[in-house]
Amino acid sequence: MTLRIGLMSFTAAAALALAGAAAAEECGTITLGAAISLTGKYATNGYHTQNGYEFAIRKIAEAGGVKVGDKCYNFKVIYYDDESKGDRGATLAERLINQDGVQYMLGPYSSGLTAAIAPVTEKYKIPMVEAEGASRSLFNKGYRYLFAVLSTSEQYLASAVDLAALMAEKSGKSPSDVKVAVAVENDPFSLDVRAGVIEDAEGYGMQIVVDEKLPRDLSDMTAILTKVKLVRPDLLVVSGHSKGAATAVRQIAEQGVSVPMIAMTHCEAADIVGNFGEAAEGILCSTQWAETLKYEDPIFGSAANYNEEFKAAFPEYADRAVPYQAAQASAAVLVYKDAFERAGTVDDREAVRDAIAATDMMTFYGPIKFDETGKNIAKPMVLRQIQNGQYNVVAPPEFASHELIWPRP
Amino acid sequence: MSMRKLALYGALLLLTVAAPFLFPAYQTQLATLWLMIIVALTWDMTGGQMGYNSLGNIFFYGTGMYVGAVITITLYFPLAEYTDASRSETFTFTPEMYFTGMVLGTLGAGLFCALSAYAIGPLFFGLRGPYFAIGTLGLAIAAGEIVSNIDILGGGQGISMPVYGGDFEVFKKIIYYVFAAMGVVLIVFLSWFYQTRFGKAINAIRDDEEKAEAMGIHTLRYKLVTWAISAFFVGMAGSISAFQLIHFEPLETAYQTINLGIFMVVCVLLGGKGTLWGPVIGAILFHVFKEVTWNYLLGWQWVALGALIVVIVVFFQDGLMGWLRHRKPEWFGIRVESREARASA
Amino acid sequence: MDNIWFNIGLLLEYPIVNLKIIIDGVMIGALFALAAYGLALVWGVMNVKNLAQGDFVIAGGYVSWTLAQMGVYPLLGVPLAFVIMWGLGWVIYKTVITRVIERDLFTSLLATFGLAIMMAQIMNLIFGSDTQSVDMHWPTWRLGELGIIELPAAKVVGVVMAAILAIGVVLFMKKSRMGQAIRATAQDSRAARVLGIDTEKVYAFTFALNAAICGAAGAIIVMIWVIQPFYGITYSVRAFVIVTAAGLGNLPGVIAAGLGIGAAEQYGAHIFGIGYQQAIAVVLLLVVLFYRLMRQRRLRQVLQ
Repeated sequence: MTLRIGLMSFTAAAALALAGAAAAEECGTITLGAAISLTGKYATNGYHTQNGYEFAIRKIAEAGGVKVGDKCYNFKVIYYDDESKGDRGATLAERLINQDGVQYMLGPYSSGLTAAIAPVTEKYKIPMVEAEGASRSLFNKGYRYLFAVLSTSEQYLASAVDLAALMAEKSGKSPSDVKVAVAVENDPFSLDVRAGVIEDAEGYGMQIVVDEKLPRDLSDMTAILTKVKLVRPDLLVVSGHSKGAATAVRQIAEQGVSVPMIAMTHCEAADIVGNFGEAAEGILCSTQWAETLKYEDPIFGSAANYNEEFKAAFPEYADRAVPYQAAQASAAVLVYKDAFERAGTVDDREAVRDAIAATDMMTFYGPIKFDETGKNIAKPMVLRQIQNGQYNVVAPPEFASHELIWPRP
Repeated sequence: MSMRKLALYGALLLLTVAAPFLFPAYQTQLATLWLMIIVALTWDMTGGQMGYNSLGNIFFYGTGMYVGAVITITLYFPLAEYTDASRSETFTFTPEMYFTGMVLGTLGAGLFCALSAYAIGPLFFGLRGPYFAIGTLGLAIAAGEIVSNIDILGGGQGISMPVYGGDFEVFKKIIYYVFAAMGVVLIVFLSWFYQTRFGKAINAIRDDEEKAEAMGIHTLRYKLVTWAISAFFVGMAGSISAFQLIHFEPLETAYQTINLGIFMVVCVLLGGKGTLWGPVIGAILFHVFKEVTWNYLLGWQWVALGALIVVIVVFFQDGLMGWLRHRKPEWFGIRVESREARASA
Repeated sequence: MDNIWFNIGLLLEYPIVNLKIIIDGVMIGALFALAAYGLALVWGVMNVKNLAQGDFVIAGGYVSWTLAQMGVYPLLGVPLAFVIMWGLGWVIYKTVITRVIERDLFTSLLATFGLAIMMAQIMNLIFGSDTQSVDMHWPTWRLGELGIIELPAAKVVGVVMAAILAIGVVLFMKKSRMGQAIRATAQDSRAARVLGIDTEKVYAFTFALNAAICGAAGAIIVMIWVIQPFYGITYSVRAFVIVTAAGLGNLPGVIAAGLGIGAAEQYGAHIFGIGYQQAIAVVLLLVVLFYRLMRQRRLRQVLQ
């Protein structure tokens, strides 16, 4: 199935590229490099990322390309398959820089891969704008050339903890009575999600009653869910990319685990509504971006517009939520466009790097402004709840379009 | 003949030294090639020369990585703080700290791996044939799974090594020459080692262990020493890899059982088991095959690799050197009297 | 450490959890035992150590999953996977395995390892790397306090089917002409050949049967748990642990070891955390190997 989808998106991408080329014939080309997970454990999200890049490139070409001085340019990306393996990613980054002469990089999928590639781009002083590596461990190494458009992972489920505290207060309990169960995959991203949840939960004085790591080859988490049933937590947190979300939703339903609040990551990427229907009801999903948010920019229009056009360009997303992984990938390309135009050059890497560092813009994906470590500090995370098969934003309060349904049905 | 040989070796050495300048864009791949040569040669010490086919030598590679990293870091900083993912301060290494760490860490990694091979050897060498292969494979898998659960070693996140502060081109050359020097030393050592009584004794173990024992060879001691030497080099190579890759994690980089762990065996089989140059040639051929398929067969590379393994194992088990030895025995100093010669005599 | 004590405490506080763990372990163990029995068969009969065992299981799962997508009733997937994987096993035997039988032991290990890599990657290219499962939409029975023991009908049916398959294979081996020929070849292939048994045919049949058993196991697994192209190694490791523990040609032993390992793993996952599940299986393998080694040392033998 995915192979077919992959081929479809490839043909779609090729068609787009052709259309783009025809639209702006006299434009030059800026070549970006990306190692992307086309095989291995992150392949699903690798495709979302790649589609996001391709969509942005097409839209920018349609809008007249990147205007540097009085010339215009279009983006082109050289992709390699990193097989979801760090050492492979690092080797490919070197190949892109050394053999293919790439001067600007887009990020891979996942924090682990970004952690493996960032030292390489850093050493070659090649700017890398990445959209899929959220772990804070990326931003305490003093990297100068790494920029991330997304919010860091400790924020993913922080608002779920806030909500749990709020609900405890509403039902006349103290937040410190709240019991939290945590099950996360043993990888940089999910461990950082866990760290964020635990920090916040401890801030409220909550108790962590289950704290487990999911193995790489996860196919069964009954052992954890049995414990969850015994200790009856008020909040269950699961993070393990698409695979973790799929396994958790299925087995929670199968085992009749009733926890008033369940929060996880990667719901849209795993399409839990499409795959599990009823069983996904009431689950809280953290997201970097939602199509209902009121962000917009001149290239993509509003978030809702992005959603529509993306679905039109890649029909395989027609009856599911567009994963935020694709949206943020598009945003990363947009950052490059903006930076090149402000820098007024495509050859002076340092100038472009400084322009990226000075980015302060609004996009359909949200505001983007980097701090000195390279992470985006302007954009908040939002939390959505699956209500009647729809993803509705319920937190934080200033973005909420719907009321939280609590306890979960 | 010996002049020609000397000239050949001289040319090879010259090529080794000049390679990073001749192919500057390929320095990292060349360094990786030396790594493959080292692990293939050390695998052949037990596999080809001694008859113990290990599938778990990658254990020493991964352990070398971790030991090298831990020594380098703990020389200057508390390990737990360094590996804490959510820390906010950055740890900087001066060039002096960096190189001290690299030298001590790498030597420490080699020694640690040699000692651990010596320590666990008595258990594993009781296993014969496929049980030795399965047992060692189990060791490598278990080690990776366990390390990925140890928080102070970074758990599933792995460890980010300190970064060399100077010029990156210099850094790449350092890595290349360290690997190359290690490889050259290993080749020279092995060409001597296989000629010694010790070398003959391990061949005897391969050919018939019971007989070797009956002849008074203390087989276990020979097996332990051979495995420990092989582990010494693999451990050092692992430590250097950690410096080269900068970031590594337990399951897919350090204890990468189905990647490098199997590649080293395939290299040896491709080149020819139980010969000195077979593993070297096999590693070169394999590395080229791998780089080409990885670039041009996007997605299908693993299928091609699996097929290559099956084909080599099924059809060319003697490897290239075996095939050459069969076709051109005189190159190996084997004299075959031709029929005419015999007839005339 | 605290975690471990807390988890042990839970076991004591709610004794019924022990029962649940054992039931879960037995269910998964039954399927491990199937894959292990196939391995014991090819190992015993033709001395081939098949590292692609787990990939046969996963392939069978995908066969059943594909059929279910096409609208075939999922339970029918089990016999269909049996048949289709039989065919695949036969093809693999004729192309690869037949050439490694007479060779040294390491050859079969490595050749099947190459096969395993190929199969996993081909499945990844065809089916993608997402986890897949077939949802039966059957009820789940809950027993005990808090409904702690849940018996999804799918699991119960799966275990029953595994049992039927095992009994079928045993009867076949005992009663049928081919079964007798297989057992004779396992005992002494040269003698079997002398007595007029076409051992080549026996080998092909045995290997195909092994693939079929694994395929059926996979078709059951896809109804109960999830599959993914790279999960094969999990089942391969378990199969090797079980066969090493139980020895060859010993079906009751294989079943007992399979159920035991299933239960041990579930206990391990409960006490140490699910992250240690794979490590526990592999460490068990080493423990079994060394235990057997110690026992043989007393007889001054090596494990061969």
